[in-house]
Amino acid sequence: MPAVSKGDGMRGLAVFISDIRNCKSKEAEIKRINKELANIRSKFKGDKALDGYSKKKYVCKLLFIFLLGHDIDFGHMEAVNLLSSNRYTEKQIGYLFISVLVNSNSELIRLINNAIKNDLASRNPTFMGLALHCIANVCSREMAEAFAGEIPKILVAGDTMDSVKQSAALCLLRLYRTSPDLVPMGDWTSRVVHLLNDQHLGVVTAATSLITTLAQKNPEEFKTSVSLAVSRLSRIVTSASTDLQDYTYYFVPAPWLSVKLLRLLQCYPPPDPAVRGRLTECLETILNKAQEPPKSKKVQHSNAKNAVLFEAISLIIHHDSEPNLLVRACNQLGQFLQHRETNLRYLALESMCTLASSEFSHEAVKTHIETVINALKTERDVSVRQRAVDLLYAMCDRSNAQQIVAEMLNYLETADYSIREEIVLKVAILAEKYAVDYTWYVDTILNLIRIAGDYVSEEVWYRVIQIVINRDDVQGYAAKTVFEALQAPACHENLVKVGGYILGEFGNLIAGDPRSSPLIQFNLLHSKFHLCSVPTRALLLSTYIKFVNLFPEIKTTIQDVLRSDSQLKNADVELQQRAVEYLRLSTIASTDILATVLEEMPPFPERESSILAKLKKKKGPGTVTDLEEIKKERSSDMNGSAEPASVNASAVSTPSPSADLLGLGAAPLTNSAPPPSSSGSLLVDVFSDSASAVAPLAPGSDDNFARFVCKNNGVLFENQLLQIGLKSEFRQNLGRMFIFYGNKTSTQFLNFTPTVICSDDLQPSLNLQTKPVDPTVDGGAQVQQVVNIECVSDFMEAPILNIQFRYGGTFQNLSVKLPITLNKFFQPTEMSSQDFFQRWKQLSNPKQEVQNIFKAKHPMDAEITKAKIIGFGSALLEEVDPNPANFVGAGIIHTKTTQIGCLLRLEPNLQAQMYRLTLRTSKEAVSQRLCELLSEQF
Amino acid sequence: MQFMLLFSRQGKLRLQKWYVPLSDKEKKKITRELVQTVLARKPKMCSFLEWRDLKIVYKRYASLYFCCAIEDQDNELITLEIIHRYVELLDKYFGSVCELDIIFNFEKAYFILDEFLLGGEVQETSKKNVLKAIEQADLLQESQNEDWGATS
Repeated sequence: MPAVSKGDGMRGLAVFISDIRNCKSKEAEIKRINKELANIRSKFKGDKALDGYSKKKYVCKLLFIFLLGHDIDFGHMEAVNLLSSNRYTEKQIGYLFISVLVNSNSELIRLINNAIKNDLASRNPTFMGLALHCIANVCSREMAEAFAGEIPKILVAGDTMDSVKQSAALCLLRLYRTSPDLVPMGDWTSRVVHLLNDQHLGVVTAATSLITTLAQKNPEEFKTSVSLAVSRLSRIVTSASTDLQDYTYYFVPAPWLSVKLLRLLQCYPPPDPAVRGRLTECLETILNKAQEPPKSKKVQHSNAKNAVLFEAISLIIHHDSEPNLLVRACNQLGQFLQHRETNLRYLALESMCTLASSEFSHEAVKTHIETVINALKTERDVSVRQRAVDLLYAMCDRSNAQQIVAEMLNYLETADYSIREEIVLKVAILAEKYAVDYTWYVDTILNLIRIAGDYVSEEVWYRVIQIVINRDDVQGYAAKTVFEALQAPACHENLVKVGGYILGEFGNLIAGDPRSSPLIQFNLLHSKFHLCSVPTRALLLSTYIKFVNLFPEIKTTIQDVLRSDSQLKNADVELQQRAVEYLRLSTIASTDILATVLEEMPPFPERESSILAKLKKKKGPGTVTDLEEIKKERSSDMNGSAEPASVNASAVSTPSPSADLLGLGAAPLTNSAPPPSSSGSLLVDVFSDSASAVAPLAPGSDDNFARFVCKNNGVLFENQLLQIGLKSEFRQNLGRMFIFYGNKTSTQFLNFTPTVICSDDLQPSLNLQTKPVDPTVDGGAQVQQVVNIECVSDFMEAPILNIQFRYGGTFQNLSVKLPITLNKFFQPTEMSSQDFFQRWKQLSNPKQEVQNIFKAKHPMDAEITKAKIIGFGSALLEEVDPNPANFVGAGIIHTKTTQIGCLLRLEPNLQAQMYRLTLRTSKEAVSQRLCELLSEQF
Repeated sequence: MQFMLLFSRQGKLRLQKWYVPLSDKEKKKITRELVQTVLARKPKMCSFLEWRDLKIVYKRYASLYFCCAIEDQDNELITLEIIHRYVELLDKYFGSVCELDIIFNFEKAYFILDEFLLGGEVQETSKKNVLKAIEQADLLQESQNEDWGATS
């Protein structure tokens, strides 16, 4: 037992602790404790009144026993007696016991509260301190009720001692955290703010914590703290290292207070210019100091200095408005990435994640990609590697997605089990988000399954199927690739699921190749059947019945399998039922019925990626990654998500949009509500630089626009707040477009004003009429707007859809191009080869022909190309061109004033991966426009 | 800060301070889990780790681990120095502190901690001021002890 020189030793306690330490076994310890508990109980219950010292000693023993991990259910009353004592030594132990062993017995709380009240009123700073510590430690509802009104008074009273002020500030903070409703704002708040000016740095430190917590919930009330905090910070960072005496920590002036002040400033947006200048100076000084040689070799010096630096960087990121500071911050962190201190490397990776989401520093962060990849390979600590994965995810964009995904896949082979699932999710999200080429996406996901099949959750393999179903340009490739992957002797069950599903839908696309004939496909899948779990077998049975429809030639083989005892009499009721029903269906249904029942799956409605949802759930809300995600999406990296299939029409209660196009002309049309669009003169204002100007086009909207050239339905725009879906129909020179605005948040949009704007040039050619929409869009609700369209003459540009609304106090303004294009007014025309060439020759005037030679942007698949030409609106003429590889189309563009015949010819060159597109129409501008529009599609 | 734990290399808990209301059962579960996680880490590893939705900051001094749980927005490095400052305070008070000092004078360890941190926030960073407060209390104790000794 060590000699204790300070305070009063309690000999009995020391002996007891020694006894416990000398116990050789757990049993001996328990025995000794029980003996002591019995002894204390009898003393407490005894007739003889205990003196203060004994009471204190026994209460201390109970406390020790409790801290060893044993339950204590008595002694509270004695503790209350102690804390009501006038002797400091007893009071202190009484308070400690109550603080550690909180008890909800209300009678007891009443007694404690009473004692606390007396101590608070005692004007003895030591007693007041104990009482405040007790409130802060216990902080029960009853205590908050009793003291929430009193403590602010103590805090701001002129004659309160500094140390009591400090305790009162933090005690109030604790009360506010547990029972904010009981802490009323009031006169005291402004006086609390002025504690930031206090001479005593300890008081300032405690007050800053309190103000930060209060300001988070009541920013208005505490906004004067910003300028005070900045000047306080400025005085600290410019002070010499000895100025602050005991508040200097290893040559760093007041690091705790600096961190807290910087944290407080993060509750607010960048301050007014005057204050802002001073703050920027502070931040620059902090960044400069990081470059100075250290004043001490001690790690405490560097930790304290860098703690302030990291907090300053957090503030710079929070403001996200000073490009210089952001880039300097990024460079500083870049240095840390290679620092010998693991802690600094870890924090630099973490902090860079948030920098990556700022448009000002995203590029600067990207320059460190090699270092981060290296960290992934060489760091010995899994938590550091985890940060590196997070950072790669955050810095990923279209330019480096292939490299990052490849590195992550690489790392996945050896990654720690604890983080595999998360990496799988991240790879799946990135591959989807940045897939320019969906064959790459399919390859990546299949690789994921191969490398880490066990960690590929359902969400991931569901998603790949959704995407393949929704994107017709990748279906053939997907079928081929899964077929090849299934050849491996051992493949993961998840691959069998994906393979089964995709071949069941699109096996026909590869059936022409004798190496993947229907029978071979079937045998391949069936060879896996017996190794799979019941749900996978069920899925495969559905694939088989789909094969019956796709490949009538193997129907009997499949029926034989379904008919076998192992299927028809399977012990699993689901499998048995499927076998029986599918067999019956294949036997009695006609080809037509089979084709209808087993039709290809319709496109899935587009929603938030279920994988993203899962990652968010895994990481918990409000994590760095999450924040990053939100910022990313806000900055509208729209290209991302899979081709939006169709608007989730089921959620919309509208009259069927496909209803009555013929009645279009007769429909009563109200003019669009506030119509800058209908008045040419106003347009000048709209496009000028005034405050209410139309927002510039949302980034990525061009990509989306292009996708609608060959189709009429889908999601036009989506960010964190709003989704815009379209459904449209055209006949001759008329059209009707349904625009669906979905509020993705749980908050109302106010003053919601969508406006369709035609430029001066466009206006005479295109007549658009919109009906106004309700200015309020409830959280989660969807509203619909109808645009009636009349094409007066041929046109080049597209109208702009501008949307303005207020969301939670901020004004939102965004614009997207509305995909109303000339080709929408096509009527297909069928004609014979002879007719076609005759007309082709008639249009041989050089002004009538426009030709474009361009590189293929998508895989050159004949079926997809055909679908696109039909989607474009012209007829696809088979057996017209002598070269069967070429595509030929014809149609008439209908405008109100005229009709324009159009012929087109598309010649693919597979070897060069190029196309030549030729358009001939009677009007040069029309040839030009159609050629532009169609060239973008391949 | 949500809580602070001190435990030995053998995994014996020496001090626990909770700044959020939790049931005893939860506290025990958290302690068990964290002690295990931290003890399993190798010496050169970094001092921070993610755990549930919290950040854990820990440092080993001789046979004792000091372990703090902070929230997402909190500063890891300054927390590391909170630990160091607390160790300095203990060291100054006990004169070259060792694990046994904390075992036998656990109540003092709590008193010092309460002067330094309150409600999970730093109350006073000046070493002098914290120790002054504790020493004043000790003086008060001694004078009262004498007083008590006289009356008994």
